[in-house]
Amino acid sequence: MSDNASNTRKAPAGERVADWADGRLGIYSLAKANMRKIFPDHWSFMLGEICLYSFIIIILTGVYLTLFFHPSMNEVEYAGSYVPLQGQLMSEAFNSTMHISFEVRGGLLIRQIHHWAALIFVAAMLVHMMRVFFTGAFRKPREVNWLFGFLLLVLGMFTGFTGYSLPDDLLSGTGVRFMQGAVLSVPIVGTYLSMFLFGGEFPGGDFVARFYSVHILLLPGIMMGLLVAHLILVFYHKHTQFAGPGRTNKNVVGMPLLPVYMAKAGGFFFLVFGVISVVAAIATINPIWAIGPYRPDQVSTGAQPDWYMGFSEGLIRVMPGWEINLWGHTLVLGVFIPLVIFPLVLAAIAVYPFIESWVTGDKREHHILDRPRNAPTRTAFGVAWLTWYSVLLVGGGNDLWATHFHLSINSITWFVRIAFFVAPVLAFVITKRICLGLQRRDKEKVLHGRESGIIKRLPHGEFIEVHEPLNQEQLHTLTAHEQYKPLELGPEVDENGVARKLPRSEKLRAKLSKGYYGEDNQIPKPTAEEYKEITSGHGHH
Amino acid sequence: MKKLSARRRHPLAAVVVLLLALAATGGLYAAFAPADKAQADETAQSLAIDEGKKLYAVGCASCHGTGGQGTSDGPSLVGVGAAAVDFQVGTGRMPAQQPGAQVPRKKVIYNQAQIDQLAAYVASLGAGPSVPNDKQYNPEGADIGKGGELFRSNCAQCHNFTGEGGALTHGKFAPTLEDVDPKHIYEAMQTGPQNMPSFPDTTMPEKEKKDIIAYLDAVNGDKTASPGGLKLGGLGPVSEGLFAWIFGLGALIAVAVWVAARTAKAKKS
Amino acid sequence: MSSQDIPEENLPSEQDAAGHTLQKTADDPFADPGLPPHEHRVQDIDERAAKSSERTVALLFTISMLATVGFIASYVAFPVEKIVYIWPLGHISALNFALGVTLGIALFCIGAGAVHWARTLMSDVEIADERHAIEAEPEVKAKVMADFAAGAEESGFGRRKLIRNTMFGAMALVPLSGVVLLRDLGPLPEDKLRHTRWAKGKMLVNMNTHEPLRPADVAVGSLTFAMPEGMSEHDHDFQTEIAKAALMIVRIQPDDIKDKRELEWSHEGIVAYSKICTHVGCPISLYEQQTHHALCPCHQSTFDLSDGARVIFGPAGHALPQLRIGVNEEGYLEALGDFEEPVGPAFWERG
Repeated sequence: MSDNASNTRKAPAGERVADWADGRLGIYSLAKANMRKIFPDHWSFMLGEICLYSFIIIILTGVYLTLFFHPSMNEVEYAGSYVPLQGQLMSEAFNSTMHISFEVRGGLLIRQIHHWAALIFVAAMLVHMMRVFFTGAFRKPREVNWLFGFLLLVLGMFTGFTGYSLPDDLLSGTGVRFMQGAVLSVPIVGTYLSMFLFGGEFPGGDFVARFYSVHILLLPGIMMGLLVAHLILVFYHKHTQFAGPGRTNKNVVGMPLLPVYMAKAGGFFFLVFGVISVVAAIATINPIWAIGPYRPDQVSTGAQPDWYMGFSEGLIRVMPGWEINLWGHTLVLGVFIPLVIFPLVLAAIAVYPFIESWVTGDKREHHILDRPRNAPTRTAFGVAWLTWYSVLLVGGGNDLWATHFHLSINSITWFVRIAFFVAPVLAFVITKRICLGLQRRDKEKVLHGRESGIIKRLPHGEFIEVHEPLNQEQLHTLTAHEQYKPLELGPEVDENGVARKLPRSEKLRAKLSKGYYGEDNQIPKPTAEEYKEITSGHGHH
Repeated sequence: MKKLSARRRHPLAAVVVLLLALAATGGLYAAFAPADKAQADETAQSLAIDEGKKLYAVGCASCHGTGGQGTSDGPSLVGVGAAAVDFQVGTGRMPAQQPGAQVPRKKVIYNQAQIDQLAAYVASLGAGPSVPNDKQYNPEGADIGKGGELFRSNCAQCHNFTGEGGALTHGKFAPTLEDVDPKHIYEAMQTGPQNMPSFPDTTMPEKEKKDIIAYLDAVNGDKTASPGGLKLGGLGPVSEGLFAWIFGLGALIAVAVWVAARTAKAKKS
Repeated sequence: MSSQDIPEENLPSEQDAAGHTLQKTADDPFADPGLPPHEHRVQDIDERAAKSSERTVALLFTISMLATVGFIASYVAFPVEKIVYIWPLGHISALNFALGVTLGIALFCIGAGAVHWARTLMSDVEIADERHAIEAEPEVKAKVMADFAAGAEESGFGRRKLIRNTMFGAMALVPLSGVVLLRDLGPLPEDKLRHTRWAKGKMLVNMNTHEPLRPADVAVGSLTFAMPEGMSEHDHDFQTEIAKAALMIVRIQPDDIKDKRELEWSHEGIVAYSKICTHVGCPISLYEQQTHHALCPCHQSTFDLSDGARVIFGPAGHALPQLRIGVNEEGYLEALGDFEEPVGPAFWERG
């Protein structure tokens, strides 16, 4: 659309087409608002683009794979070109995946691009989400978009899981079996859910076909809708930016969509696709021929899901085997508790923006990003969450840690059990201290200038390091962040001496607010007076 | 250097020297002896037992007891058979060096002739599986596909799909099967070394062992193709995930840094 | 969040923190100096540099074209089964490698060309764009509220409660049809999870040889897997049946068996346990013959096969079910019945 519009001056023919389209679609108004849309430049703002592009790559390659894949569990005897499987019984799903990998020219490449792009897609979503989190980009007006993004991450995980299960190989079958066992643990309805999901007992003959429609239609369809909404909101809100000279909460500074971002973002798609193609050319992924077809009575050690499900694997591995038998019923806590914690781990990070906005009570729009150090409590929470997540990932791969680092699998499991509770707390405390230290350093830098590394000897023999004063741009950038004051509850008694009734939630809020912005929880930024006193007082070296 | 000098004063140092001497003798014997076969066989056998007994007395008796009856430091060797000795000593696991969850594969100390002598001696203590011959374990002509199925049924649970190894309880592990001599694989299946269960001929006939060896040779040999590219250790999703994060996402972020970086400005002069 | 006061509250507070510095620029050392002046790139002032950039971009696009030609050539030239050795990747498919690398180069060069073009030749003057509050102006909001009130009033939605309530009822019920339709996704559980193919008199068939097992076949320290006689891998329900019936057979010196019932249910130390983990159903068979421990490779539940297969570590909630075995007249091992409890993962009705 915008291409047509941009050609108006040069090509009258193009202009006529654009006029035609405008009369029916109103493209000129659309182009007016968006063609020179400004996007700020920062590498971390491109993480979302990696997600978008890998998603597109997954769809393109996925469509190709559907042309050859047979989502059927009918048993066939393998007669393809891979010798070590010849004569083996396998499902048609596995057989057709073998066909894609060994007989279709380029099929293996497309399969590998599809799978690598999926791993990178989810990884990029997580990193993108962390960027948004640590810079506070989720604040008003972007909370809804934060939730859209979060839903995309969760759906991406499940789309990945259903896709991983489709080839019906020994590894993915083990994963599906695990899922079925987890479903069985649900109180009251577990067995019914399992029977309905698998069309009878596990594995039955239905799940590949069912997962297939979920994997290629249902989940990607929802994701596509969310993705479009996510992008529309990014355009509508305009991108956030870091503080700096000329950058305020009321503007956005950067390059226009046409031409710079058209070229950069468009080019970046090709860069992402190119990198993933090369990865798929040099490294194999999910070599199902080495893994073999699924049989419920066979298994391999090192049975893990793809990385994004690794934390749930960790949860289930380190859980003690609690089971309660009462009144003829069984409550399978050893499986059901991890099943419940699994969404809670994700929800913990998803709801954080709402907790923070409740604590601050801030109803303003925020378009200037925070440096992580300037929001120590948020940063500490984020790092604590990541630590929690990583501990569970370690738990999910405990057998490989054991063999590669010559450790006992039992000790690793115990380590993860303890670290699940302890490590996030430690990470929180340490991160907060580091943030405060960095804030202090910023303050030093503003007041005393940058350490230049030049050592000077004073006439009376003392050695000093020369500090270079910062220029105004740097001074502004380092002091542009806002600092909240902790919430005051007011006097406990009113003017008549009667105790005021404070709702418990308000007390909690005040407590949290103190934890966020209280005396020891942020370093007051330097004031102009302090600065002047130091610069004029005893001069500068 | 410290290690070397420490080893030089090791109680076994003398043994090693002795072994070398014996090896020379054994080697010479092997080279010159088999003239009159029918008659020599028996003599050779008893001679090997005698030599083996000597070797045993210096290298093994301290843990396994002077008559192979076993002590608190090592199990009884009565009835384990020559195959067990050939495996344990031939892969360097025995003599064990230090206590641990499991005795790992090490550099082999004895030469094959000495191993045969030791095996002959231990076999004389009580009947057990004998060392397999080339015909038994040579994978040629075996059914690779059947071997794969057998491998996934009987072996993959500990040794991984393609024999890369895996973890067991309390620091024990199923070792990788890469670069393991087919004979040793055969012996391991037959004798069940350490914590590995055995798969005797009664439940897994010779032909099936051969199929398994053929499968391993096909999927984890020197010439095994990995059509898709780097095998990433053959460990499955964990190493794939690491690769995707470090090289996939890592490369993409590096590219993103370049895309978003400010172009160099003309130098002001 | 009463809507009226937000803009008012918003405007002054915009100014209080970062904003107030703007007011007194004169004596505030931290004031925003505004956008720095644009600095020229080499390409902006030196036409030769710009030309060189142009050539680089064109070169990248040309490489891309060549790589696409290379892609097509590789597709035609390399047989799909050809394996080549490429250091350090190993023995890999020539076709996969060639296609991936050429495709990668073709795509990457388009991207690199476009980005280089944007970075060096397109204007890099930073532009500031105004932001507008996302929230509507109070007048707009007032208009919308009034319109909505008028619309709601005209519909009579609030007044005619009968219509409203029946409509809610209808809307609430209609999705039920969709839910009902899901009923035939699968059968009801009934007691399906309680039974396996094992029954009294069924011989234990070695899964390796497909021959029935004799006690003498099973050596101490060995590990064998068995299925009930009469099953074949070619059965259409083999997968579903073996998922419950898979059996793990080990032989332990009877003196080493600590559990009384286990000894009773064994035959001369030959014990048969379900191979399906009671945690979430992985086939568990990492049997350590010296410790008699069986480890699950999926989640590391550890069972002591010499002590009633009780759980000694990991997330499994109960012991592996044991199959009672004996010997039939011909001397083959046989089952003396089905498992006494459901095999595999626990579930609500298990009890």
